[in-house]
Amino acid sequence: MAANPMSQFDVYRIGPEIKVGAFDISFTNASLFMIISTVSILLIFNLGSNKNSILPNKIQLLAELSYTFVSKMISDTAGSKAKPYFAFIFSLFMFVLFCNMFGMIPYTFTVTSHIIVTFVLAAFIFIGVTVIGFIKHGFGYLKLFVPSGVPAVLLPLIVVIEIISYLSRPISLSVRLFANMMAGHTMMKVFGGFVISLGIVGGWLPLSFSVALTGLEILVAFLQAYVFAILTCIYLNDALNLHH
Amino acid sequence: MFNKIYLHLIFLSFFLIKEAFAAESGGMPQLNPEFWVSQIFWLVLTFGTMYLVLSKLILPKISNNLESRKSQILENIEAAEKQREDSETKLKEYDQIILRSKTEANSMFNQAREKAIKDINAKRDVLDKQIDDEISKAEEEIQALRDNAPDKINKIAIDTSSELLQKLIGAEVNNSSISAIVDDLSRRNGDKYYGN
Repeated sequence: MAANPMSQFDVYRIGPEIKVGAFDISFTNASLFMIISTVSILLIFNLGSNKNSILPNKIQLLAELSYTFVSKMISDTAGSKAKPYFAFIFSLFMFVLFCNMFGMIPYTFTVTSHIIVTFVLAAFIFIGVTVIGFIKHGFGYLKLFVPSGVPAVLLPLIVVIEIISYLSRPISLSVRLFANMMAGHTMMKVFGGFVISLGIVGGWLPLSFSVALTGLEILVAFLQAYVFAILTCIYLNDALNLHH
Repeated sequence: MFNKIYLHLIFLSFFLIKEAFAAESGGMPQLNPEFWVSQIFWLVLTFGTMYLVLSKLILPKISNNLESRKSQILENIEAAEKQREDSETKLKEYDQIILRSKTEANSMFNQAREKAIKDINAKRDVLDKQIDDEISKAEEEIQALRDNAPDKINKIAIDTSSELLQKLIGAEVNNSSISAIVDDLSRRNGDKYYGN
């Protein structure tokens, strides 16, 4: 392995170069892990929903617990109106979670550690939520930027701040996930490098750090998927139930 | 239209970032736009496929499973409740049957006892009567014997005394005088012998 801790994020072509017009859509290691994640999700949830027994087996229990977990998360944050978007948020949560978790296996590639992937997801969510908001409330959706009970003097400032915060949503959403993933994996790589360079004498301390970091990173992998999904729910809630 | 412009702006901004980072080689591979289009393409393809399969095929099945389990559990609870009520009424019936049979047995026992007592009483009456008869008969006999006894004794005493006197004196003694003496004696000593 290369000593450079950033080389784990390298994207390289697997197989031939595929070009459509000016665009290169070659199959890469990133594509491979996207496919692995989605196929495992589909496999697990298909196995978990095929047989309906009163006493569920382990995989069925897993599928049903995930279902109720996401379902409860959505109804808690966005209310019953968000029901039609359940499948999307479920897919989103599972995709991010599985990509994060597969990234925890050594020598794998973390799909979500790339800003372009998280940004496309976040931008899609941002655009989707904005479109839903305008469809549901028409131009009344712009009231989101005008909080009630604010003195008229402060209103221009507040509106500007609200608009900036609204527009920064996709950036904060995507950068949060990407930066967490990248930072965690880089840190683990750096500590792994310390183990090698300090050798059998001094390598134990960074090794124990590495073990602790692995636990932490698994927690972060879950937490970031959860945060990503729950923020999507909160944005959706703004669009569906205009609170301001 | 708005979305398109927005996307163009995003791409433009990323190309600008790329220009900024291109100077330092070995920087963040994330900011190398070489495979951005490929990543976007594969992301849309895989995520889209997964979303379609999950939303159209798998999630409805899971929700269906959960619903059917819920309803089945409710049904089972209802059935169990019904069965419990049934068994309770059965238990009550059973208790009643036991109570009824107990009273029946009691009355039968009482009847039998009464009958037995009646029988016993009847038999005892008959026996008592028989015994009484026997006793009275015996008493009559005894009375007759007792009545006859002094006469016979008197006669024996008279005969014996006359013969005794004849042997002793050798002369005929008048029987009537002897019987008068015996009568007198027996009247005097009668109480001593008979206890009357």
